Amino acid sequence: MTVDSDASEQEAFSSSVVLDQTVAAPETLLASHDMPTQNQITQEINDLHADAERRLAAGERVPSTLYDFAPYRSSILRHPTKNPRLVDPETIELWSPAYGQRDVALIESDLTLQHTGEPQGERMTIEGRLLDSWGRPLRNQLVEIWQANAAGRYIHQRDQHPAPLDPNFTGAGRIVTNDDGYWKFTTIKPGPYPWKNHINAWRPAHIHFSVFGSAFTQRIITQVYFPGDPLFPLDPIYNTIRSQKDRDRLIASYDHDLTVPEFSMGYRWDIVVDGPDATWFEPEGGEA
Amino acid sequence: MSTHDSSAALDDRPAKTHEPTSGQTIGPFFAFGLNYPKMHEVAFPHSAGAIVLEGTVYDGAGHPIPDACIEIWGADTDGSIPRGRGSRRRDDHTFTGFGRSHTNDEGHFEFWTRNPGSVDGEAPFFAAVVFARGLPNKLHTRIYLPEDAERLAADPLLSSLDESERATLVATRGADGSLHFDIRLQGERETVFLTF
Repeated sequence: MTVDSDASEQEAFSSSVVLDQTVAAPETLLASHDMPTQNQITQEINDLHADAERRLAAGERVPSTLYDFAPYRSSILRHPTKNPRLVDPETIELWSPAYGQRDVALIESDLTLQHTGEPQGERMTIEGRLLDSWGRPLRNQLVEIWQANAAGRYIHQRDQHPAPLDPNFTGAGRIVTNDDGYWKFTTIKPGPYPWKNHINAWRPAHIHFSVFGSAFTQRIITQVYFPGDPLFPLDPIYNTIRSQKDRDRLIASYDHDLTVPEFSMGYRWDIVVDGPDATWFEPEGGEA
Repeated sequence: MSTHDSSAALDDRPAKTHEPTSGQTIGPFFAFGLNYPKMHEVAFPHSAGAIVLEGTVYDGAGHPIPDACIEIWGADTDGSIPRGRGSRRRDDHTFTGFGRSHTNDEGHFEFWTRNPGSVDGEAPFFAAVVFARGLPNKLHTRIYLPEDAERLAADPLLSSLDESERATLVATRGADGSLHFDIRLQGERETVFLTF
C-alpha cells in the first residue's frame, strides 16, 4: 500500500478505508454496553442459578460452569449457543504435552524474588496437589499463574485501574508438579480488582491458574479465591459456576500449619482435573 | 497405549472419587502470565515439513476477538504422539506437538507446525482448545486436515454432523501449503465444540 503525499487524499483514504476496517482497541471493549446496577446483576445471577437447578431437575445435562451467563456482560456475544457435541476422546486427545522438572527454573515459582526489592503487600504461600478424578497425583504437569498486585493492579498495559504498579512485582509464575503432584507458589496476596461490567463492579481477590493434565481433555484454566471474601455473591464471573459446592471448591483453605512465623500466610488448594473414563488409563512413557 | 481402546478394561475401572475443579474465564490480562518465547512455533519456521496454521476468532456479531488464546496439540506427520519435551523452552528442533497463540488486535492467531499424520487409521486432526475474555470456560474443538476424503467420511464425529457443521471443523489448504481455520464462538456458522 502506498501513501500519497497529498494531504486531502490521505484524509479521504484514512476516513473511508482505514477507519472502517480498524477494530476497536481492546480496552474500549472492556466496559459493558449498559452499565447496570449491582442489584440488577445480583438478581440476574440468582435467576440463572435457579434456572440451572430447574434444568438439572428436568434431567438436562448442565455444565458446572455456565457458558450462557449474561450478568458477565462480555460473554453475551462470546458463548456458543449450541450444545457441545459429546464425543469419545481419540488418540491425541488422550495424551498431553510432555513437561519435565527442567522446563521451569525453581525460582519461577517465587513471585516475590523476581525483582531487586521486596514487593508490597501480604506475603503468602499457596500449595496443593494436582489430582485426577480418581485422586491419583499428576506428576510433571505445568502449572502457570498470574495475578494482580496487592493494590489490585495488573501489570498488563491495558489495565486502566488507577492503583499503583509495584516495581518489585510482576505477578506471573510457573512450576512443574513433582512426583506427588505437588506444587507450591510464594507470592503476595492480590487485592480486589475494579472492572467495568456494571456500576461499582469489583472482582474478589483471585489468582488465575492454568493447568495441564495427563490428557488434553483435562486442560483447565480457572481462578482461586480466598476465604470469607464479601464480594463472592456479587461477582458474575465467580458465579458462572452454578452450584455452591463447586464454587466453594475454588476457595483456598487457610492453613495455620503452613503459615511461617513472622514471614508468610499459608493457603492450601488441591486441583482436580476432570476427565472422561478413558483417562483412567495412564499413558505410557511418562517423563521421569 | 493399546489399552485405551479396550472396552473390556474400561469396564474394570473403579468409580471416580474426586469432584473436578470447575473452569473459569481466562480474563482480560492473561498475556503477561501465559506468554513465552516462540510459543506458537510448534515446528521451527521454514524447517522441512513446517506449515503455517492460521485463522481468526469471531464473536456472535462477526467481530474479531482480540483477547483470545488458542492452543493446539497434534501428532507428528508420521502419526506418532510427540513425547519430546520443550514445549515451553523451544530448542528449535524438537517437535513437541503443542503450541499456544494469543490473538492480536485483529483477532488473528498463527502457528508454525506440521501436518499431523493419521493415528491408528483415523482422519488426522489437531486437538484445539479456545480461551477468551468473556468466555466463561474453555472450549474444545478439532481442526481436521482437508485431504483424505475417505477417512474424513469415515470419521465418527464428522459423519454425525450436517454439512454446514462439518465445514466448521475442516481447515482449508492454501497454495503455499498453509492451513486456514476460523473459529466462531457464536452465530450462524458457529464452530462445533466438543465435550468428552
